[in-house]
Amino acid sequence: MTGLVLLIPIALGMGLLGLVAFLWSMRAGQYDDMEGAAHRILIDEAGPGEDAP
Amino acid sequence: MNAPVLNLAAESPLVTTRLTVPGMKCAGCIGKIERELAKTPGIAAARANLSAKRVAISHDPALDEGALAAALLALGFESQPVTDNPLASDDADHQRLTRALGVAGFGMMNIMLLSVSVWSGAEGATRGLFHWLSAAIALPVVAYAGRPFFASAWMALKHRRTNMDVPISIGVILATCMSLYETITGGAHAFFDSAVMLLFFLLAGRALDAEMRTRTRAGIGALLGRMGKSASVIGPDGATRRVAAKDLAPGMLVLVAAGEALAADGEVVEGRAALDNSMLTGESAPEPVAPGSLVHAGAINMGAPLKMRLTHVAEDTALAEIARAMDEAGQSRSTYVRIADRASRLYAPVVHTLALMAFAGWLAAGAGWHASLTIAIAVLIITCPCAMGLAVPAAQVVASGALMRRGLLVKDGSALERLAECDLAVLDKTGTLTLGTPRADIASLDPQARSIALALAQTSRHPLSRGLAAACLREGVIPAVVEDIREAGGSGLAGRWQGLGVALEKPEDASDTLATTLRIGETRQVIAFADPLRPDAAAAIAALAAEGLPARILSGDRAAPVAAIAAALGLPAQGGADPRAKLAALEALKADGHRPLMVGDGLNDGPALAAAHASIAPGTASDASQQAADAVFIGEALMPVALAVRVAKACMRIVRQNFGFSIAYNALAVPLALTGQVTPLVAAIAMSVSSLVVIANSLRLAGAAPGAPK
Repeated sequence: MTGLVLLIPIALGMGLLGLVAFLWSMRAGQYDDMEGAAHRILIDEAGPGEDAP
Repeated sequence: MNAPVLNLAAESPLVTTRLTVPGMKCAGCIGKIERELAKTPGIAAARANLSAKRVAISHDPALDEGALAAALLALGFESQPVTDNPLASDDADHQRLTRALGVAGFGMMNIMLLSVSVWSGAEGATRGLFHWLSAAIALPVVAYAGRPFFASAWMALKHRRTNMDVPISIGVILATCMSLYETITGGAHAFFDSAVMLLFFLLAGRALDAEMRTRTRAGIGALLGRMGKSASVIGPDGATRRVAAKDLAPGMLVLVAAGEALAADGEVVEGRAALDNSMLTGESAPEPVAPGSLVHAGAINMGAPLKMRLTHVAEDTALAEIARAMDEAGQSRSTYVRIADRASRLYAPVVHTLALMAFAGWLAAGAGWHASLTIAIAVLIITCPCAMGLAVPAAQVVASGALMRRGLLVKDGSALERLAECDLAVLDKTGTLTLGTPRADIASLDPQARSIALALAQTSRHPLSRGLAAACLREGVIPAVVEDIREAGGSGLAGRWQGLGVALEKPEDASDTLATTLRIGETRQVIAFADPLRPDAAAAIAALAAEGLPARILSGDRAAPVAAIAAALGLPAQGGADPRAKLAALEALKADGHRPLMVGDGLNDGPALAAAHASIAPGTASDASQQAADAVFIGEALMPVALAVRVAKACMRIVRQNFGFSIAYNALAVPLALTGQVTPLVAAIAMSVSSLVVIANSLRLAGAAPGAPK
């Protein structure tokens, strides 16, 4: 029984952490442009090569 | 452009403007827009969103939308300001549902953790503690995640109707209150887990449905977006001032700059130019205009500046007229009842009656109100349409995903349902059966001429130049080095190649056929353009017929070319139809009991697209047509149209199977619940299993969209 006093808050805390992380990522707009995020990795930051549109 | 003197370090705060950029397709486009736009004076930063095809620009307030659009155009992207965002409410709705889903998921997992311990034999004080903890988690979760259902149920009850959300809300609220009572009195059974789990699965269905609505519609701009928002009015003293479109009046004299969209209908009084009328007609070739020509709002001036006298403004323009016709024609479609709603109309009263009967029956049998209420709640929860709520959206999301991979964007689930019900296909000619863009015939040109033609054509945005450049690029032509290329609006392109004057010019005999003359030094060659049929038009029409949709042609073009294409494809045809006639033809078909599928691209097809039982537009269609259509297909093939019908039908088969399964499951579970045999454990397992079966069945659709037969 004494173990529960420790374990239940830990379980709940971890669940809450996950929920907060999810809500934060949504508010931060991480799901706004899934397609663009996939393409951005291909952008050559300092590249002088100008791709045609 | 005489940019105002900007003082970036000044106190003026930056403002953010959003523009829709439909042409943005790849990493290169994002990089180019974000990198180059930020170099424009007055623009601090630009951020592209590829999914929504939007660019958010934070800039000095001194720059207006026109200047931003011009900066984007200089990079080679057409854009439209996002004035009012018709999708904003959808987006907010979607976000709310996703948040509620996250909260419900959190609650479900933690309560389940506690419930499993209770089921495995926790007793006494431990059970009491676990029930109290469950209550502490469940109450806020139910209050937050249940809101979409409570709100909808309340609306239905207020209008003295019932919908799927009424039994859901009653079940969830009753179960929560009952569990709270059990917890307070130290009872053995609490239903918190069932209540929250029910919310989670139902929210999953709703969120899928919303996801589908927002995702595929993103790239499609708003109607009238391209109609000029303002115009330069020339005053009596010769000075020009910008006047908003709604404040224009007939009789005003307006200056239309090159590249500007017309804001009202009028008559040209000075200047010669070519207008891109594709917004109105879907026709690709620009229309030459001269003093006396009537011009319409929405057209874009591709040539020299024009002066025009306004005749019709704001609500009286031809464009607004068509928009109104589309609006009216679309009314009939809004009365369409989704299959899930039809099912729930039958289902909800049955559930209510059963639960009430269970309560009254057990009370009459002397079970006591507490036991009777527990059984009634078990009936409500077990019959709550968990699997049913998922049955339709799960299948439709999988089907639309499969279609999306094959180049067809379906706007929402009701479109899939209506597509499956069509029994007749009506096709437009230009831009639908044909490609709608002029294709150059460069077979007669030698390699050197080709490379010069490409060098000239690629500098221009004229449709013929684009067609020529595309044809050359397909043949792998490398452009020659041509210097000081100039474009003279309405007459052509000229430049210098190795000291020789080269040019693409208008042919001397202005005949019906589209053509251009390539001049190198003094030699002239004519390049002819054609608008060919889509390569798989015949195969797609055969595939449509195989699905039980015989096709016919309904075109606004002259009768002779329509008849030629109709004969080539062996279809009945009607030519020379204006928007009203097309609408009338569709209405006549519907009056005969048909459910027509309309495929068309021009704004002249708009009312017909809106009136048809279901409609599809090619990605090259005018904005308004894409807006009116249920689905948009991309690329040169017509086969996605036939594929859409096939997948829609497969989807409805799966939906019916899902419904069949849900009903069979309920038929099995309800007697158990009525006799009081269902414990919370059984309810939880039954609910998850039925939902998983429905999702698994829907996933079969992912493989059910075979590629177009070669």
